[in-house]
Amino acid sequence: MQKSTGDIIRHLLSGLYGYLRRCIFAILSVGPVPNHIAFIMDGNRRYAKKRNMREGDGHKAGFTALMSILRYCYELGVKYVTVYAFSIDNFKRKPKEVQTLMELMREKIEELLQQESLINEYGVRLHFIGDLKLLTEPVRVVVEKAMRVTAHNNQRVVLICVAYTSRHEIVNAVQECCKEKWNEVQASKEAKVPTGAFARIDQSMKANDFQDSCKAYSNGVESARKKDCVFDHNFGKHGVDHIETEITSCNKLVGINEAKKYKQGEVIKLVDIEKHMYMAVAPDPDILIRTSGEARLSNFLLWQTSTCPLYAPTALWPEIGLRHLVWAVLDFQRHHFYLEKKKKQF
Amino acid sequence: MTMLSLRLPISLVNSVTPPNIRITLSSKTHAAVVSKRSSATALPSLSTRNEGASVSGEVSEPLPAELAAELMPKHVAVIMDGNGRWAKLRGLPASAGHRVGMQTLMTFAKLCCSWGVEVLTVFMFSTQNWLRPKVEVDFLLRLYESSLISTIECMKMEGIRFSMIGDLSKFPECLQRMIISAENDTKHNSRLQLIVAASYSGKYDVVQACKSVAKNTKDGLLHLEDINENIIEQELETKCTKFPYPDLLIRTGGDLRVSNFLLWQLAYTELYFNSVLWPDFGKDDFLDALSSFQQRKRTYGGR
Repeated sequence: MQKSTGDIIRHLLSGLYGYLRRCIFAILSVGPVPNHIAFIMDGNRRYAKKRNMREGDGHKAGFTALMSILRYCYELGVKYVTVYAFSIDNFKRKPKEVQTLMELMREKIEELLQQESLINEYGVRLHFIGDLKLLTEPVRVVVEKAMRVTAHNNQRVVLICVAYTSRHEIVNAVQECCKEKWNEVQASKEAKVPTGAFARIDQSMKANDFQDSCKAYSNGVESARKKDCVFDHNFGKHGVDHIETEITSCNKLVGINEAKKYKQGEVIKLVDIEKHMYMAVAPDPDILIRTSGEARLSNFLLWQTSTCPLYAPTALWPEIGLRHLVWAVLDFQRHHFYLEKKKKQF
Repeated sequence: MTMLSLRLPISLVNSVTPPNIRITLSSKTHAAVVSKRSSATALPSLSTRNEGASVSGEVSEPLPAELAAELMPKHVAVIMDGNGRWAKLRGLPASAGHRVGMQTLMTFAKLCCSWGVEVLTVFMFSTQNWLRPKVEVDFLLRLYESSLISTIECMKMEGIRFSMIGDLSKFPECLQRMIISAENDTKHNSRLQLIVAASYSGKYDVVQACKSVAKNTKDGLLHLEDINENIIEQELETKCTKFPYPDLLIRTGGDLRVSNFLLWQLAYTELYFNSVLWPDFGKDDFLDALSSFQQRKRTYGGR
C-alpha cells in the first residue's frame, strides 16, 4: 500500500514536472529557438569516480542524460542535435575502456532502434559522423543499420560524432575537393559547345582574345546545361571539319585555362571545401555546450563553431539538467538580437 | 569575476545595450589596479596615457610567485575585443579606443617577453572587419601604419620578431611594404615572436592551405591519398613559427566565441574568456588567465 502511494506521488510529481517544463519551453519559444545545439559530453568517468561506480556505469549514466537532453531539445523545438560521443584521440585510451565503450555504443544504438524509443517518437534521423572504418565490425554494422533504418525520418536529426576529429574531417574534405576539381578539369576537356556560344568563341579566338574565348565557352556550356541544347543539331551551318578544329582548339584553350587555374588553386573556394565536410548534412550549430567545466574544443567541429557561442557549465555530463539548457537558450536569445543587428549593419 | 563566464553561462554585456553596472565596476576596479603600474588605462581622460612611450627601458617584470615557470604556455593567442565599447563608455570616438588598445597590446607583449611566453598571436583585423564603415577601416589602417613606425625600433631592441598572417594583398601597398620590411628587420629576433593576424580568418587559412595542397598534387609533388594533417599544417600561415598551436587563447570583452580565429590551430587550446574590455586588460587579468591555464589538466583525448 505504501509502495503504491509512493509510486502515485512519484507519478504525479513527474507529471507536474513535465507540465512545468512544457510551460517553460512555451515561454522560451516566444523568442528565437536555436535550430542546432552541439554537446561535448565530458565528465562520465569523473562522475563514476565521484559516486564510486565502475567506469562503464559512468558512461551508462551519460547515455541516460543524453536521452533526457534530447527529449528536452525536441520538446523545445530544436531540430538538430550533435554530440561528441567518441573522438579518434579516444582510441589512445586503455584497450579495455575502448572495448567497453564500443560495446556500450552497439548496445545503445540497438536500443534506440526499438519501436518505443525516442527516435520513433520524434521521427529522428540518425547520422553517424566520423571515420567509420575505424570502428569495430559489430559497431559499424549496427551504425550503418541505424542510418539506413532512420533515413526516411525528417522531423528531427541527431548527429553522433564517433571516431571523429575535426582535423580529420577537414583533411577528408580537402582530399575530396582536390579530387573533384581535378575531375572537373578533365571533364571540361571533353565537353561539347552549343552554336550561339560557338560564334562568340570563334569571333574572340580570331581576335586572339584568350580570356574572352574561355568566358564565352563557359557561358555557352552553362546555357547549354540550362537549355539542354546540344551543339550537334547545328552542324550543317558551319561545316564539320571547321567546327571540330575550332572545338578542339577551344577545348584545349579551356582545358589549359582550367588546368592553369587548378594549378594555381584558384578554382578552390570555401564552399567547395564546405560541401565535402561530413557535417554538411546539417547547418552550423547555434550553441556549443561542453560540460565538466573544461573550456576547450578538443578537435570538435572547429570549422562549424567558428562563430558559435561556447558554454562550459561545471556540471559533469551525467549531471546535465534542464536548467543548463534553459540558461544556454536564454543567453542565445539575448545575443541573437545583438548579432542580427550587427549583421544588418554590414 | 574572470572565471564566472566560464563556470556559469551567465549573460554578459554586449555593445548595443547600455553599459551595465558590472562592466563599469570591473573597468574601475581594473583601472585602479593598473594605475599603480602605469598611467596607461586610467579613467576617464585619454590624455593621461603616454602615447609615445616606448616599451624598452621599462624594468622587466618578474614572474609572479603564483605561477610555475615550467607550466607557462609557449604560445598565447589573444582576441582583443572591446576597444569600441571602452571608448563608448567614456563618451569617446571608437578611434580613441583602438589607439589605447594598441598601447595595451605593446604593454602586453612586453609582459609576455618577461614571463617567458615564446609566441604571441593577436587577432588584429579579421576578414569580416573589411565590412566595417570605410571611415573606421581607413582609421585602423592608418593606426597600424603609425604603430609599426613607432614600435619597430622597440621590437628590434626587445628581441621581438614580428610576423604577419593574413591576406596581405588587401592592404594598401605602402602598408604591405612596411609589414614586409618589419618582418625582414626582425627575423633574427628570438625573445618573443609577435604574430599579428590581420585580414585573416581561420577558414581563409584552411582554404589557402587547400589551394597549396591542390597545386602540389597537380605538380606531382604529392599524391591525393598522402594528404594528411601534417601536410595541411605545413601549408597553414602559422608555418612561420615553430609553435603553431596556441596553448592558451584569451578573449576579452565578454563574448564567448572564437569568431573565426585560428580554426585548425585551436583544436586543443585552452580557452579563457574574460569580460574586461581590451584596453583595460592588465597584468592582473593576464595573471588570472595564466593561473587558470596552469590548473587545467590537458589530456588531448587520451588519459
